[in-house]
Amino acid sequence: MRIELERRPSHSALFSILSPFIALGLTIIAGIILFTIMDKNPIDALYSFFIEPLTEVWSLHELAIKASPLILIAVGLSVCFRSNNWNIGAEGQFIMGGVAGSAIPILFHEWNSFLVLPMMLIMGMIGGALYASIPALLKTRFNTNEILSSLMLVYVAQLALDWIVRGPWRNPEGYNFPESRSFELQAVLPELLPASGRANFGIVFAILATIVAWFMMRHMLKGFEVSVLGQSARAGRFAGFSANKMVFFAFIFSGALAGLAGISEVSGSIGRLQPVISPGYGFTAIIVAFLGRLNPLGIFAAGIILALTYLGGEAAQISIGLPDKIARVFQGFLLFFVLACDTLIHYRVRFKFTDRTSSSVEGA
Amino acid sequence: MKKILLALSTAAVISLAASAAQAATKVCFVYIGSKTDGGWTQAHDIGRQELQNHFGDKVETVFLENVAEGPDSERAIERFARSGCELIFTTSFGYMDPTLKVAKKFPKVKFEHATGYKTADNVTSYNSRFYEGRYIQGQIAGAVSEKGVAGYIASFPIPEVVQGINAFLLGAQSVNPDFEIKVVWVNTWFDAGKEADAAKALIDQGVDVLTQHTDSTGPMQVASERGVKAFGQASDMIAAGPDTQLTAIVDTWGAYYIKRVQALMDGTWESQSTWDGLVDGILTMAPYTNMPDDVKQAAMETEAKITNGELKPFTGPVTKQDGSEWLKAGESADDGTLLGMNFYIKGVDDKLPN
Repeated sequence: MRIELERRPSHSALFSILSPFIALGLTIIAGIILFTIMDKNPIDALYSFFIEPLTEVWSLHELAIKASPLILIAVGLSVCFRSNNWNIGAEGQFIMGGVAGSAIPILFHEWNSFLVLPMMLIMGMIGGALYASIPALLKTRFNTNEILSSLMLVYVAQLALDWIVRGPWRNPEGYNFPESRSFELQAVLPELLPASGRANFGIVFAILATIVAWFMMRHMLKGFEVSVLGQSARAGRFAGFSANKMVFFAFIFSGALAGLAGISEVSGSIGRLQPVISPGYGFTAIIVAFLGRLNPLGIFAAGIILALTYLGGEAAQISIGLPDKIARVFQGFLLFFVLACDTLIHYRVRFKFTDRTSSSVEGA
Repeated sequence: MKKILLALSTAAVISLAASAAQAATKVCFVYIGSKTDGGWTQAHDIGRQELQNHFGDKVETVFLENVAEGPDSERAIERFARSGCELIFTTSFGYMDPTLKVAKKFPKVKFEHATGYKTADNVTSYNSRFYEGRYIQGQIAGAVSEKGVAGYIASFPIPEVVQGINAFLLGAQSVNPDFEIKVVWVNTWFDAGKEADAAKALIDQGVDVLTQHTDSTGPMQVASERGVKAFGQASDMIAAGPDTQLTAIVDTWGAYYIKRVQALMDGTWESQSTWDGLVDGILTMAPYTNMPDDVKQAAMETEAKITNGELKPFTGPVTKQDGSEWLKAGESADDGTLLGMNFYIKGVDDKLPN
C-alpha cells in the first residue's frame, strides 16, 4: 500500500478561511487529552496557555518583545521564500546584525549623540544584509546550494560572536566575564510606554516591516517580480526579470530585516553583547513564515500566536506545574495541526492498493 | 454609613482570609537547565526539595526550568515577582543583570543570584568555594595518576573555572611537584556529546585521570569505557561510573536555601555577598572510592584541614605560568584576586583563551 498526496484541482475558499480555526480546535482537543493524561486540569492548562498572558498589561509588553524579532525575520523570509530562494540562515544574519550594530556603542562608548541609535540600526541592517549576500553570491557565481551555505554560515556567525565578546570586545571592567560593556543610554532602543512595561520600538519596526512587505507584494512591480520568478524562472526571463538579481534582492531584503531584528534585540532587550543573543529566533521565524502562509499579515498574526504559546508555557509551568517539555509538545501540536490543515486543503490523501508493476506503469 | 461599615468589615474578613491562605512563604527558582540534568540544575533542585521537606506546609516552592539567559530570563523572573514570590533564587551566572533589573522594579521582593558578583539592597549573591573540593581532587589525582598528567574538560574561561584548574593543579603538585594538566575548552555548560569527545581527545593524548567543569555525565562514561579514573561534578555521578569515579564535588545548596528562607521568615534577611565553602556544608565530597586506602586517608585529612581552616588551597609559594611569582611562601590569596582570576599557574599545558 502506498499513501500519496494528490493536488486538488481547486481548493475550497471556505475551508481556507476556516483552516486556522479547525487547527486551533484540534489543538485544543489534543491538548485536553495530553493534559488529562498528565493529570492536570485541562481547563486550567488552556487558560494558562492562551488567556492568562493576555490578562495583564506587563504580559502584553512581554508578548510584543517576544513576537517582534520573530515577525521581523519571518516577514523578510517570506519574500525570500516566495522568490524560490531558501535562506535558512536568518539566525546567522540576526547575530551579524547585532554584532555590526554594536560596534558603535562598544568601540565609541563615550560618543553621545542622537545619531548613535539610528546609525546602530542602519549598521545592523547592513551587517545582516552583507552576511546574507554571501550565500547569494555563492549561488549566483558557483551555483552552490543556498540552503546549505546559508545554514552553515549560522555556525560561523555564532562562533564569531563568541570570539568577539571573549576577545577584542570584552568589557575591560567585567572581571574577565565573556560580555561586552553595557550600552549607554543613547544606544538603548527606547521603551514605548515605560510606565506599564518594557516593550521597545522593536514591535514598531515589526509593524512597519509587515506593512511595507505587504504593500510591496500586493501593489508594486517588485512584488510581482518576486512572485513570477518564484513560480517560474523561465517565465520571469521572458518578462525581462533577472533571476540572479532576484537572488541578491531576496537575500539582502531578508538579511537586512534579520539584522534589524538582531540589533533591536541587543540594544532594546539585552543592553550589551554577550556570547548568546538569540534563543533560536532565526529558526523559529521559518516556522512563523510558513504558519503565516508567507503572507506578511498572516505572519504578523502567527508571530503573536507563537509568542503567546511561549509565554503561556511559562505561565502553565508556574500556575499548574506543567513540565516544560509538555509545554513544548503542546506548542508542537499547534504547529502540526495548522500545517496539516493547510496541506489537506491543497492536497488529498490517497491510499493506493496496487502491486509494484502496475504502480510503476502508473508512474510512467 | 452602615453600608460602608459592612463593606469595610467584609474587606477586612477577605483580606484576613487571604493572609491566612498566604501563610506559606512562596520561594521560587529559575533554572538554566532541566531539573534532571544529572549535574548543576539537578543539584539546585535537590536543594529546593530539601527546602520544601524542611519547612513542609510553611513554604511553597515553584520553579521554571530551561530558561535561556537574556530577555527570556528577565521575563521569567518578573513573572515570579508578580506571582507573589517572596524570595527568588536565580541559579545561573547569566541571570545576573536581569535579576538586578527586575529587583529594581520590585523592591519588596528578595532575590538571590548564584555565582555572580553584583548585589543590591534586595539582591544577594551567593556562591560556593568549589575550588576547595578541586584541591582535594587534585591531591587524589597526583597520587593515583601514573603518568602525572590529568585531563581537564573546561566550560568557559571565566574566573571560577580558571580558579578550579589552578586549585586542582596545586593539589596535585602537593603530591607530585611535576604534575601537569591538559585542558580542553568545550564552550558549553552542558553538552554530553561534546564533553565526551573532549574526554576521548584527552585520553588519546595520554592523560590517565579526568576531571570536568561541565555538567553532564558524558566524560564519566567515556572514562569508564577507556579504563581511566575520573571525578564527578556538581552531583554525585557514581551511577555513571561505579568503578571509575574517585569522588565528586557535590553541590549541596539545600542547607543554604533553608538558612536564607528561615532568615526571611524571621525578618532578618539582608543583602549580602556569600561565598561559602566546605565548612558551611554548601559543597560536600562524594564518598572516596576506587582508590588505595592511603590515598583515601590523605584525602579525608585534607578535607578536614580545609574544613577547619588549617589549609587554604591558594597558599604560596605559587608561580604563575609565565614564571613570575604570584604568592610568596606562606602567603594566601585574598578573595578579590580569586574572584577575578585570569591567569594560570605553572604546570598547565594550555594557553588561557582571552
